Amino acid sequence: MELNLSTIAPAERQELERNVLLTTIEQLKAWARSNSLWPLTFGLACCAIEMMASGGSHYDLDRIGTIFRASPRQADVMIVAGTVTKKMAPLLHQLYEQMPEPKWVIAMGTCATAGGPYVNSYSVVKGVDQIVPVDVYIPGCPPNPAALIYGIMKLQEKIRYEAKTGKQVTNA
Amino acid sequence: MSEDRNKPMDRPAGDAAEKPAEEAGAMAAERPAETAGTEPAKAASSAEGRAALAAPDRAARDAARAERLAARAAAKAAAGGTQGADGGGQAGEAAEAPAKEPSPNQPKLDRLVAILREQIGEDAVADAYINELDRHTPTVVVNRDRWHDVAVLLRDHPELKLHYLRNLSGVDYETHMEVVYHLFNLQNKQTYCFKVRTDREQAEVPSVADVWPAANWNEREAWDLLGIRFTGHPNLKRIMLPDDWVGHPLRKDYVPVDPEV
Amino acid sequence: MTVRTEELVLNVGPQHPSTHGVLRLILHLDGEVITRAEPVIGYLHRGTEKLAESLNYTQIIPYTDRMDYVSAMTNNYVLCHTVETAMGIQVPERAEYIRVICMELQRIASHLVWWGTFLLDLGALSPFLYAFKDRETILDFFNELTGARMTYNYMRVGGVKWDVPDGWIEKLKDFVQYMKKRVNEYEALVSGNEIFLHRVRGIGVIDAKTALEYGLSGPALRSAGIKWDLRRDEPYSIYDRFDFDIPVGKNGDCLDRYQIRIEEIRQSLRILEQALAQFPPDGDIMGKVPRVIRPPEGELYVRIESPRGEIGCHLVSKGKQEPYRLKFRRPSFWNLQILPKLLVGQPMSNLIAILGAVDIILGEVDG
Repeated sequence: MELNLSTIAPAERQELERNVLLTTIEQLKAWARSNSLWPLTFGLACCAIEMMASGGSHYDLDRIGTIFRASPRQADVMIVAGTVTKKMAPLLHQLYEQMPEPKWVIAMGTCATAGGPYVNSYSVVKGVDQIVPVDVYIPGCPPNPAALIYGIMKLQEKIRYEAKTGKQVTNA
Repeated sequence: MSEDRNKPMDRPAGDAAEKPAEEAGAMAAERPAETAGTEPAKAASSAEGRAALAAPDRAARDAARAERLAARAAAKAAAGGTQGADGGGQAGEAAEAPAKEPSPNQPKLDRLVAILREQIGEDAVADAYINELDRHTPTVVVNRDRWHDVAVLLRDHPELKLHYLRNLSGVDYETHMEVVYHLFNLQNKQTYCFKVRTDREQAEVPSVADVWPAANWNEREAWDLLGIRFTGHPNLKRIMLPDDWVGHPLRKDYVPVDPEV
Repeated sequence: MTVRTEELVLNVGPQHPSTHGVLRLILHLDGEVITRAEPVIGYLHRGTEKLAESLNYTQIIPYTDRMDYVSAMTNNYVLCHTVETAMGIQVPERAEYIRVICMELQRIASHLVWWGTFLLDLGALSPFLYAFKDRETILDFFNELTGARMTYNYMRVGGVKWDVPDGWIEKLKDFVQYMKKRVNEYEALVSGNEIFLHRVRGIGVIDAKTALEYGLSGPALRSAGIKWDLRRDEPYSIYDRFDFDIPVGKNGDCLDRYQIRIEEIRQSLRILEQALAQFPPDGDIMGKVPRVIRPPEGELYVRIESPRGEIGCHLVSKGKQEPYRLKFRRPSFWNLQILPKLLVGQPMSNLIAILGAVDIILGEVDG
């Protein structure tokens, strides 16, 4: 039996459009992944307190599906919140390696983005993208919890965009 | 250290001979003007301070200072500079005071120095003065070799009982290094400041981690960041920086290995 | 039949769910009992002291914020107070009152963070949410006043940067009344809980002699029975005008430290009430400060009471705009030294309670 959309009556067609969704598996996966990003608790410094405040009840992060996981094996996204020092850098890389695919990294705060106020210091890595590939940068010192939520939602958009178009954001 | 220049009368015997003659004449107008402690910074005094530090040899330094004092005496009309001729009345009040008042903590300083001299020896105390900028804290510079004995005495002596180590910091003056200890007695709320000087290349200071356990990590930090080795420390390893770090960052001549990272 | 046992070395790594930051503990375990603990710090060493040598004093103030980031106002204050003491600058009344109000509010916020995370570590998930909700209210006050939620950069040498907005004082008075009731609710929520009491009573006992030897300060020292609080014993700012008690513990265990901090929230509220009642209706917020801030040559060590203990600033100045050497005596660093001693002989499960009760902030331990 053939399905010919043009032969369906308008009323039926409206009902069809309301109740049936056509999509690809990739988009479905992206929708699921983006709405349940489980971050690794990787608070290093002051941004960690803002991350905790975002997880609190005022700026609830749970409503966008984020549940903080302690173990990298169970986490999707690593929110690097705080200054990365040269002593911490190898461990950060190790934790990134331990996370299973697909994984993303959010650099929260100016210290993680580019060294921040400590850019002239002898022991600070000037940006976590020297160690791991970063998907979203959130500037601020510390970024407001609303900024962090905006950043997480940007990541969600990125995940869905990449799945829909198949293109990497950086190469677009 | 600006206070170096204000040397008290009760110094080790070696210098005493050449001191009084120069001092008495030169100090007349100079003391009040020289006191940089309570006055806004003067470029001259800071230059003087640097010059003072540049001549580590005490006699040369004192001679140089006496020269400067004489020069100043000629240059400046004395703003009422009768010196307080009492035993330790060195760091006085503001320049316009006609008489240099001794600091209220001077007796404590004298007593402390006396105790140290009696119990440890004449060479224990290298210098002693009142740091009036820091609310008149009695400050004693202790000879490095006797520091450990002095520390034990400070903690156990019934009159002093300085059981609480408040602060331990290392400072890198370009000619020498110094470790500053602030000690405290909670009962009579008396703070004393002790300094131990050492040279920069072979910076070694006896560790007091067995006297005050609080000093343990602080000495490790001073080793890590400044390169001051504490002899007798149970575990002198780097604490703040990775174990394979080269160099001591807080030194004035530190050059970072990888500034781009 | 004997069971062969050997010592296990467990690494409580720098990334762990307890929200204290990047502290690493190398534990030697005999079964469940800790025989030796070695803290490794330095994972957050940012070189503030070296940076300070190339910045002038006003530029260092933001860096002080980020050292002990949950109680940034006290850090700001210690630097400003040090420079003011060195230069002999008189701070006007209104600025002093604003400063005290900010510091006490900050103390409450810091203790709330501590309370929430301590209980979160022990397994109670709800107090965290309550504590952070109230903290948001305090941060809203700070946001109105300074423009930032956490790293305020608010105090300046000689006073404060901005004046209080209209209506701020009245809203704060209402908040104080609200918070008093809330603290009672918090106590009712947690303090009678059997599980909680079992986990903290008698754990991590510090006696007075050890506390003094290790140079402890703040609630850890007070839990050992020594009544020492810099606000009362070496008063700075205008604390001598206020009437408040110093809670002291009897046993030196974690429960004592917990109760001291809860009581400190109450006493801070008391100080706030008095400060708000005495708040001068007008006045300057900045004293007479020279345009270029150059403390005289010399060195000094100034200390105040932060929520964690005695924070001090040892400043060596050569009369220039930048400090020659600026060292902060950081209470978390000193208080953490006692941890290896406290952990010996304890089962693993007490590790988190003891670590939590010491109340460290890794930014202040500076790695």
